[in-house]
Amino acid sequence: MKILVTVKRVVDYNVKVRPKSDGTGVDLNNVKMSINPFCEIAVEEAVRLKEKGIATEIVIVSVGDKSSQEQIRTALALGGDRGILVESSEELQPLAIAKLLKAVVDKEQPQLIILGKQSIDGDNNQTGQMLAALTGYAQGTFASELTVAGDKASVMREVDGGMQTLDLKLPLIVTTDLRLNEPRYASLPNIMKAKKKQLDVVTPADLGVDITSRVKTLKVEPPAERKAGIKVKTVAELVEKLKNEAKVI
Amino acid sequence: MSILVVAEHDNATIKGATLNTVAAAQKIGGEITVLVAGQGCAAAAAAASKITGVAKVLVADNAAYAHQLAENIGLLVAELGKGYQYVLAAATSNGKNFMPRVAALLDVGQISEIIEVVSADTFKRPIYAGNIIATVQSSDTIKVITVRTTGFDPVAAEGGSAAVEAVAVAKDAGVSSFVKEELAKSDRPELTAANIVVSGGRGMQNGDNFKLLYTLADKLGAAVGASRAAVDAGFVPNDMQVGQTGKIVAPDLYIAVGISGAIQHLAGMKDSKTIVAINKDPDAPIFQVADYGLVADLFEAVPELEKSI
Repeated sequence: MKILVTVKRVVDYNVKVRPKSDGTGVDLNNVKMSINPFCEIAVEEAVRLKEKGIATEIVIVSVGDKSSQEQIRTALALGGDRGILVESSEELQPLAIAKLLKAVVDKEQPQLIILGKQSIDGDNNQTGQMLAALTGYAQGTFASELTVAGDKASVMREVDGGMQTLDLKLPLIVTTDLRLNEPRYASLPNIMKAKKKQLDVVTPADLGVDITSRVKTLKVEPPAERKAGIKVKTVAELVEKLKNEAKVI
Repeated sequence: MSILVVAEHDNATIKGATLNTVAAAQKIGGEITVLVAGQGCAAAAAAASKITGVAKVLVADNAAYAHQLAENIGLLVAELGKGYQYVLAAATSNGKNFMPRVAALLDVGQISEIIEVVSADTFKRPIYAGNIIATVQSSDTIKVITVRTTGFDPVAAEGGSAAVEAVAVAKDAGVSSFVKEELAKSDRPELTAANIVVSGGRGMQNGDNFKLLYTLADKLGAAVGASRAAVDAGFVPNDMQVGQTGKIVAPDLYIAVGISGAIQHLAGMKDSKTIVAINKDPDAPIFQVADYGLVADLFEAVPELEKSI
């Protein structure tokens, strides 16, 4: 079974981002970039399926500018077999990304496509579901457990009140939640080997996809700051403040 | 303007998140239709018809919609959505699951988790875990939007008298089926709907110690939450997690116990009206957002607090 896994290059989760002073975007100058954490979990899940003998090939796909090759190489070092970069320097919306991925899926015909549930930059949580709609495939979003058997998969999903389990037909789209697995680190020999793995570059035009954006960002700003309050010395003082000042109990 | 709001419900009742979504629809302005899709959902539809500001209720009652499977609900909402200028749903795990499918089927973008309506085509939404607020403008003819419920005060659940109309659209994609659901059972209020939330973090040390918080919560009529650290450490189940990747809450009172205040947690609770932090580390970042901070050993402070209220 062939698995397709998507990875996105995003600002590392440890970086505290700031808006540019003119508010036109987020300041990405000299900021550390990494694989989106949810995408890392997606790669790990595919590698585990290959280790179990269920997957035969893992294709890593990224949509982004030239530098996204770095994240593809990282995913190849973690166990991907080959990579595809859909290269575009535009800021793409999830619908455009889903359309580009659909074109790749049409060509590659994977049985399973694993994506992160959301990227930690845009926080959209859309691409996997949109790709599922465009392909007409079933979706197991926010997965915390995935079991593939024959032409079906069982996915345990994180829902608001607890857990939900679905039976889903292949080909299938899965989006990962945090508890699906704990990603491994790449070993040095694997990082060296990954440099030699095949990495194809295509453009949106090659794939015949219109990437015109219909959602425009007008402005970005920091959220309203919450100012620190006071320190109380005792529980009695706390109760008094909650009763008489905040009037919440 | 015509707005379709997809209701969040359990077939018998309408969930509170629907009321916040209708409130967002009112901010956009226009005629609001609520869709109740489910199986045996007449009671939920009747409840929807009483929501203030709702002009019409559509009911799609069919086995295909019994468990809100995204493949089926997506097809239904996309077909009905063609007749509207806006399609809205709450950004709950359910809304997040099917709404992007609706957008893709309509060939439009989705605007996720809006917290403010600036104008008919412009909205504010948090990005980067809430560290940045983006103002975005959509030029799509149908605007598909999910609503972060804490951004909008709910409309009244009573007072309306909308007409209820059945829609006979049965869409079964036939690719997914429901197996089971394990939902946490509790007599306490739901986390996202509670007026008071008491949350514990790594400082609780183990799951047993959460009993301290349950006792306090029961006295306050509060819900109990947890930080990701507490969930990851296995103290409590994940449905209690408050934070960027868990639940977003904005109660009148949020009491953070033994929580250091990682950005990812703050993203889930910083819109609470009053925040109390109890932590023995005076430098814990949680104190930077707390209205009232108490530097103390939680194992002494929490029982004392419980006794004195």
